Amino acid sequence: MKKLIISAAFIASSIVSFAQNDKYTAAMQKNISAMDTSFKNPANLLTLANNFERIGTAEKTQWLAFYYAALCQINYGYMQMQGNMGVVDAIADKATLLIAKADSLQPNNSEISCVKSMIATAHMIVDPMTRWQQYGQEIEQHNAAAMQQDPTNPRPYYLKGENLKGTPEQFGGGCKTAKPELQKAMDLFGAFKPASELHPNWGKQRVETLLNECK
Amino acid sequence: MQKGLLAVLFLWTISAAAQVKISGKVVDNKGKALAGISITLKNTYDGATADSAGNYSFNTTEKGAFTLEATGTGFKPFAQPITIATTDIDLNISLKEQVTDLKAVIISAGSFEASDKKRGAVLTDIDVVTTPSANGDVTEAFKSLPGAQQVGESEGLFVRGGTASESKVFIDGTQVNNFFYSSTPGIAQRGRFNPFLFKGTVFSTGGYSALYGQALSSALVLESKDLPEKSEADFGVSVVGVGGGMQHLAKDKKSSWGFSANYTHLALAFAVSKQRQDYFKVPIVFDGDVNFRFKTKGGGMVKMYSYFSKTNVGYRTNDIDSIGMKNAFSLQNINQYHNLSWKQPLKNRWKISAGISFSTNKDDIENELQDGNNNKQIITTPSFYAFKNFSLAANGTFLQNRIMLEKKLGGLSAIRFGTELSNSNEKSAYALYDGTKFSESIKETMAAGFAESDIYITNNLAAKLGMRTEHSALLNKWNIAPRASLAYQLGKKSSAGFAYGIFYQNPERRYLPSSTLLNFAKATHYILQYQMLSGVQTFRTEIFYKKYDDLFKTGFNNFGREVVASNNGSGYAKGFEFFWRDKKSIKGVDYWISYSFLDTKRDFLNFPSAIQPSFAAKHTAAFVFKKFILPWKTQFNLSYNFATGRPYYRIAYDGTQNKNVFTDRGETINYNSCSFSVNYLPTIGKKDTKNFAVWVLGINNVFGQTQVYTYNYSTDGTRKVPVGPTSRRFAFIGCFLSFGTDRTQDAINNNL
Repeated sequence: MKKLIISAAFIASSIVSFAQNDKYTAAMQKNISAMDTSFKNPANLLTLANNFERIGTAEKTQWLAFYYAALCQINYGYMQMQGNMGVVDAIADKATLLIAKADSLQPNNSEISCVKSMIATAHMIVDPMTRWQQYGQEIEQHNAAAMQQDPTNPRPYYLKGENLKGTPEQFGGGCKTAKPELQKAMDLFGAFKPASELHPNWGKQRVETLLNECK
Repeated sequence: MQKGLLAVLFLWTISAAAQVKISGKVVDNKGKALAGISITLKNTYDGATADSAGNYSFNTTEKGAFTLEATGTGFKPFAQPITIATTDIDLNISLKEQVTDLKAVIISAGSFEASDKKRGAVLTDIDVVTTPSANGDVTEAFKSLPGAQQVGESEGLFVRGGTASESKVFIDGTQVNNFFYSSTPGIAQRGRFNPFLFKGTVFSTGGYSALYGQALSSALVLESKDLPEKSEADFGVSVVGVGGGMQHLAKDKKSSWGFSANYTHLALAFAVSKQRQDYFKVPIVFDGDVNFRFKTKGGGMVKMYSYFSKTNVGYRTNDIDSIGMKNAFSLQNINQYHNLSWKQPLKNRWKISAGISFSTNKDDIENELQDGNNNKQIITTPSFYAFKNFSLAANGTFLQNRIMLEKKLGGLSAIRFGTELSNSNEKSAYALYDGTKFSESIKETMAAGFAESDIYITNNLAAKLGMRTEHSALLNKWNIAPRASLAYQLGKKSSAGFAYGIFYQNPERRYLPSSTLLNFAKATHYILQYQMLSGVQTFRTEIFYKKYDDLFKTGFNNFGREVVASNNGSGYAKGFEFFWRDKKSIKGVDYWISYSFLDTKRDFLNFPSAIQPSFAAKHTAAFVFKKFILPWKTQFNLSYNFATGRPYYRIAYDGTQNKNVFTDRGETINYNSCSFSVNYLPTIGKKDTKNFAVWVLGINNVFGQTQVYTYNYSTDGTRKVPVGPTSRRFAFIGCFLSFGTDRTQDAINNNL
């Protein structure tokens, strides 16, 4: 009987913990799948950022929740650049707080370095003439770190390629220099397998679009 | 057993179904709906984001006591305990605005800031070096802003009717004596320090902070850079000389060291731009500096900077009193400057900063009267000819210590207070043509205490209130100087500001020692400002009134030297200024216009009565235009400076009236100067290169417009000679290279 009670308790507790995990996975999945459609609507993207932050804060140990929260925030920031440049720095600062939490849970992660690079890019775009020296350097460092931390990750090459494509030719940008990076990203996407269904697996479509524009 | 388990599962399902809806509206303290605020049931996944009307709504299956939180950028976090039972909860939330750097009104009455980082800065760091009239000199760049005069005959900033000595320069909190290369007659000298040393500059045209003192008119506050962003070496060659240096950033990015050396030899430049003076010693300057910086534990920073310089120059000008004779002046200067500063955050939002600066300056001046063959002449009748032969050895030291504590209160509010102690010793030995020597030494110990508070009542209303007190051992007097500055946000982009302050200053070294008991000279400033700021456009206008009291009057001592005799001088300066900078209206073009109107009169030094001083023009204007042409990788810069004519006077002692009188006066022609520069950046954007090159071509006074700064009078007053620039035009060409060493190092490591 005693044994039975213990095993029942054990079963119950694993059910609870399973349910807990399940709840996390389900919530993450739901929000991750909503990301694709949200890129057309800034308000939705901010909602997702807040949802991910809530999950991260409640779970305390899940770096992916903070990672996605930061990713959504910074993309929300990019969407404000048309006509609302004044708020971009504050949003980027918010994303920095979130990615720092992810970073402390999962140090030296290639995906996290990618988000840091995106944050630095946002800061730079606010005032490129006076900021390129500082943030240009930061972007490069984060991209290089991301490539080194996981050589199979296509996203740092995508980010580098996209930045180069947006840089005027006279400054060493344009399709000519961007294409090899984007091609490299494309090749890596071909072989890329995310560690789990919750792990980052985005950007392929964007690279395809960019490569098409560079044809 | 099985039944029991079923029952549990059943109950669980029921409770899961019993959701409670939590909803409401989020507003700010004025009742305006706030969008994008995140509402969270603490420690759960449940929550919502407020929509564009501020409404939020979410369902939860949680039961019991919880905390509902609301957070959003720019607002103070909100938390309220709630108990969730079975009924829906309706909760409206009002958020208080957080006073933040990004939103708060900027206190800027009376001051212009050059910075890449600070909001509200009117110039960026690079503007200082790309303004063509500035020739890479920090102080010259500020002459394109309202407030400063276009004085060309001597160095320094003449601000709002003040003399150059009424403007003081501070680096990392401590005062810098001899900021400029040593004066030579009729030629304005440049600032000693490389503009790239500094990351932020505040040029105050009045009403400055209680942290600084001993300047009646203006403070130029420079802040040196922290750690460099990367290791870098640079090298430059130009028509004026060669220079180079390097900065090394440690691998852990916690410390750096660097040095630079510059050798200036003006022979080539003078061959290109013909000088009015006849140089028998073409100016040669050697400058060198070293720096060391490191981050301390807990986010502090220690910075050390040392500078050494040696100058040699000698030139002849026509003697003003005779025909065919010459005046030969030569100067050797040795200067060193050291600055050590430390900043450290402490517990409970306290911060300590301390600094010490030490400098010595040695000038050896020889002056001779020479004949047409450059031979020394001693003519004793009339005797004033003989006195043109003299030598002066001046030797000064200056030491300043400073310590300040600061506590951040809520929001951006803060209090800071500190103390400052400086010692100076100025020795001089003056030798006449006959070998008679006069030596003297002026010592001063100045102690100061200051306190200041930043008060941010809301994002829209801020004040800076301060008090400073100083004790001068030389004068044996105390002073108390209150300072206040206010800013109020009027609209989204516009603000109004007000500044008030009392400022004290000691007499200038050259009018000492005095046999009289003296007091500080005093100035009271009132400034009203209106400003409109957007990221790409700045409009600013100020009106000001400055009242001078207790200015120093001079007389002659027993040795015939002009020294301070009393505090009976006074004066005023009033006027208005405006500044407009626009980076938006014309695509790819950045330009600014500044205008100053100045009405000033003063009675000081040897003036017979209150007059508009010779260093003050009524109208001053500047126009600066910059355009970068991308395909050419070239930036074109143009600046035009204008000022109406300045008065000049001959003041002489009239024995019959027993006082100083004007024997002649006049006004110079208007001042016009157009300068042009081109920066060519061939390496910009070159892939995988860390090397960077800038070619600079600059021409001052492109159109060769005649410029007269003032007039010099012969001893008897019968002749006057215009004082103008040393050459009609000045051309500069140079190439500056920098090499990032990061990449190279990586490449080496990877290949080993």
